[in-house]
Amino acid sequence: MDFRKTMEEKYLSIVKHYIQTQSEQGLYAGQQFSRRALEQKISPEEVISLQKSTMQELMPELPEEVWHSYDILLEIMTGYGFAFREHQSLLSKQQELKNEIEIAANVQETLLGTSIPSVEGLDIGAISVPAKQMNGDYFHFVQDGNHSVNVAIADVIGKGIPAALCMSMIKYAMDSLPEYRKDPSAVLGSLNRVVEQNIDDSMFITMFYGMYELRSNILHFASAGHEPGFFYCSKTGEFKDLKARGLLLGVDKGASYKRYEQFVEVGDMIILMSDGVTECRTDKGFIERETLISYINNHIFLPAQEIVNNIYRELERLQHFQLRDDFTLIIMKRTN
Amino acid sequence: MNLSINVENESEQKIIVAIAGEIDAFTAPKLRETLDPLSIKEDLLLIIDLSDVSYMDSTGIGVFVGLFKGIKAKGGHLKLVGLSDRLTRLFDITGLADIMDINSEAESGVE
Repeated sequence: MDFRKTMEEKYLSIVKHYIQTQSEQGLYAGQQFSRRALEQKISPEEVISLQKSTMQELMPELPEEVWHSYDILLEIMTGYGFAFREHQSLLSKQQELKNEIEIAANVQETLLGTSIPSVEGLDIGAISVPAKQMNGDYFHFVQDGNHSVNVAIADVIGKGIPAALCMSMIKYAMDSLPEYRKDPSAVLGSLNRVVEQNIDDSMFITMFYGMYELRSNILHFASAGHEPGFFYCSKTGEFKDLKARGLLLGVDKGASYKRYEQFVEVGDMIILMSDGVTECRTDKGFIERETLISYINNHIFLPAQEIVNNIYRELERLQHFQLRDDFTLIIMKRTN
Repeated sequence: MNLSINVENESEQKIIVAIAGEIDAFTAPKLRETLDPLSIKEDLLLIIDLSDVSYMDSTGIGVFVGLFKGIKAKGGHLKLVGLSDRLTRLFDITGLADIMDINSEAESGVE
């Protein structure tokens, strides 16, 4: 409030000084004044009144017409004043929304939280990073005693808050299907019906679901339109696609999902990802799956969590630290 | 950002749309706004030429699936032509190539 009391005096001295010197310094004083005035939410029309009273004091002999013309200027600036106040209130609303989204993102993290199971003979690493505040990617592990480790990785088509809300629904649908948990094709079939009934017509979900049998070391899996993962064969050093055909969840109620199998030997790896990994765009174009393989190869002897962390860091750097899409990468490595 | 959409009403029942540019989260809303009103026609044949689409992400897939369902429900047919290898792969992976009319040669009329 101090500023308001003294601003008339200050403005007068700035104008007076400038009329005499017309110096850069004088202009600079004006700039500083405007900064303070904005901070104090002084409206444009108040500044015009200020100018008018200042001039009346400095040059009372000016013709009557000049003072009348100020009325028009005042009228016009009142309109700008409305815009200014609207801007102020939008700014504070924006801040409010930002806070709310932050809270929502935290809630989502809690809702969708999953812990990476620690299983004898299997080294698992996973990373999931949202491009914006809320993540439309999702991964989930369920350990079924000593029998199996189940893994789901999913991506909602669409980004941001709607996608994130959708994911929470999927998570609860999945939690309510315990008896089907073991069979990937049944899991995807059930989820497909849930998504088809409940979700907006242009929102779809891709999902890969795998069940790793610990005794037999067989991965049973099925895919609903999800980016294919890799299988790394340590004997040959080769990577091949974990190919599985299946339609996106939510398009066709009657879709069925074929179950595939992959035998996993010691040293072999299962690599699952979202399309944020393969759709990673750099200055030179997209990164190819071959490039991704070479990154994995660079770190192949590290523990699974370090491999995924390192790959994320490298791809993040390639994109100048600006993710375009949510990024999720999971590696499961058989250790004995 | 940079997306151009050219709609040509060939006849009452046949519309050809040529799209050029990038289809992603930024441009998809514009695409949806343009295409969705077309899908309310009964028995429509909608041909979409994607030859000049340099990039499309999964958001674009969402637009086309929505459109596909809408047109099918009205007894019409949606045909996507001129897809690059990259785009074709996107429709393959998502399983959509099995249910949608993608890159078929016959009578596209927009080569």
